[in-house]
Amino acid sequence: MSDGYVTPDGRTIGGKVLEMQNITLRFGGVVAIKDISFDIREGEIRAIIGPNGAGKSSMLNVINGFYHPQEGQILFHGEVRKPMKPYQIAKQGIARTFQNIALFKGMSTLDNIMTGRFNHMKTNIISQMIWQGPAAREEAENREIVEKVIDFLEIQAIRKTPVGALPYGLQKRVELGRALAAQPKLLLLDEPMAGMNVEEKEDMSRFILDVNDEFGTTIALIEHDMGVVMDISDRVVVMDYGKKIGDGTPDEVRNNQAVIDAYLGVDHG
Amino acid sequence: MYDQLLYGIEAAINGLMTGVMYSLVALGFVLIFKASGIFNYAQGVMALFGALTLVGIQSGQVPFAGLINAIFGTNIQNFGWELPAIAAIILTIAMMILFAWMVERYLLKHLINQEPIILFMATIGLAYFMEGVGDLMWGSDIKKIDLPIPQGINNTIDSLTYDWFGYGFYIDNLDITASVLAIILVVTLTIFSQYSSTGRALRAVADDHQAALSVGISLRSIWVIVWSIAGFIALVAGVMWGAKSGVQFSLSLITLKALPVLMLGGFTSIPGAIIGGMIIGVGEKVFEFVVSSSWFGDAMGFTMNATENWFAYVLALVFLVFRPQGLFGEKIIERV
Repeated sequence: MSDGYVTPDGRTIGGKVLEMQNITLRFGGVVAIKDISFDIREGEIRAIIGPNGAGKSSMLNVINGFYHPQEGQILFHGEVRKPMKPYQIAKQGIARTFQNIALFKGMSTLDNIMTGRFNHMKTNIISQMIWQGPAAREEAENREIVEKVIDFLEIQAIRKTPVGALPYGLQKRVELGRALAAQPKLLLLDEPMAGMNVEEKEDMSRFILDVNDEFGTTIALIEHDMGVVMDISDRVVVMDYGKKIGDGTPDEVRNNQAVIDAYLGVDHG
Repeated sequence: MYDQLLYGIEAAINGLMTGVMYSLVALGFVLIFKASGIFNYAQGVMALFGALTLVGIQSGQVPFAGLINAIFGTNIQNFGWELPAIAAIILTIAMMILFAWMVERYLLKHLINQEPIILFMATIGLAYFMEGVGDLMWGSDIKKIDLPIPQGINNTIDSLTYDWFGYGFYIDNLDITASVLAIILVVTLTIFSQYSSTGRALRAVADDHQAALSVGISLRSIWVIVWSIAGFIALVAGVMWGAKSGVQFSLSLITLKALPVLMLGGFTSIPGAIIGGMIIGVGEKVFEFVVSSSWFGDAMGFTMNATENWFAYVLALVFLVFRPQGLFGEKIIERV
């Protein structure tokens, strides 16, 4: 495996956590992703950007197993990944958030984040029914980790609130919390700042940077809006019409003619 | 008038207990509806099937005896043993779990993402299929539950109330047992779903399938668990109703009694199922008591009988008009 690199701010980036090789995804005759390759390295913040309909969300859905590409292969920690169900991929340590927030709306903030611990809880259903002993111990241990996540995201005050009743920005934060609670090897964020005001965007950027900094979590995020992404990510993949048109550091990408064209809207004819 | 009041209270208490029995059936509905959005018409047949299987296993009946005899010209009926009650119960629970697994494997798996009406139709099919299988496996004669369930008048309550009011209440021990069992079931279920990781997973699946998958919850194993729990509840309901009136095929019709309970309590609420059952149980007994009484006849010039057949449905109808989501159901808000 190739070695990592050192970021301008001095963080050491490791080897490849995930490598997409020549991925092509089709829905009937429509090609959503066309022959795209890129990698995500240990400890980095990797952004996938592009205009609407570029295939960014499809790419995330391929990584997390909601979609299965027709061509290409995915390497996870250097090994070719067999086609798997989303819940199996989650068990491997890939957690995600959704563009349109997919929380359990009837459940409290605490319970939502506790579901993030699902993969780490191993007692069987019988001992959970009896409740005393191993199941209770396990519950307490995992609760401790969840409380840390809640403190980290500064959402102590809404611990018991049903998330359906929370404002949008906080829901996004709870969803991030649920993904964090899983202590993932790779964290996927689908437009974490979509629909937010400037202040909320700043908060969210700070959390993303802190997560990466404090826990060393590898993060891949999708954004539609170029501004914030360029500030927080180490490397950026740019997609347009299902194809990769740029890949590199924010500065490299910013000066890439194809990227400028895509964002300023040059005729594709 | 004083003794009339006492009779009325007695009727209400008995109604409460009958209501708990309705709740037991409704509870199974709610669990499956919450977890998978399926209105499981087969819940009543599951109760029948559970009770049939329990009696069959316990009395050492050979399953499919009629079929085997018809094909091979043999005449086998019975293994010739009597299993202890606890062994029979464990085997029957295992059978209900196997059934849940088969429902998932051969029915639900193929119907993922279908319209609710299609799933509903599938459960109607499942109900009749199971009724047939039950008949084929265990025969269609009326069977008697042979478990040590206390039955008959509760003498303590009878003598106590006689001392207090000068009139002994007739409360059946069977109803008391059923109520206690129902309370234990509901409390266990509530604690389990609130404070265990599998319980949270059940609620998560009920809420959002995609999000549940993304945190590593397998929908299919959750469905097996939900149908197993619903099967277990059906078994309890089947045994209680079977102890009351014998295990017979009309038992599957308790589905129809659970319907108004669900309309009252809401399809998605466990407390709703319990309270709804109690309201209907008490309501129909008290209503019957009032409208069939002689003082009601004197005052109104007419009396009514056998109102228990329709009271629950009329009450549900009234609820449908004024509170379609039920007492505890989630309010449906359509955003335009």
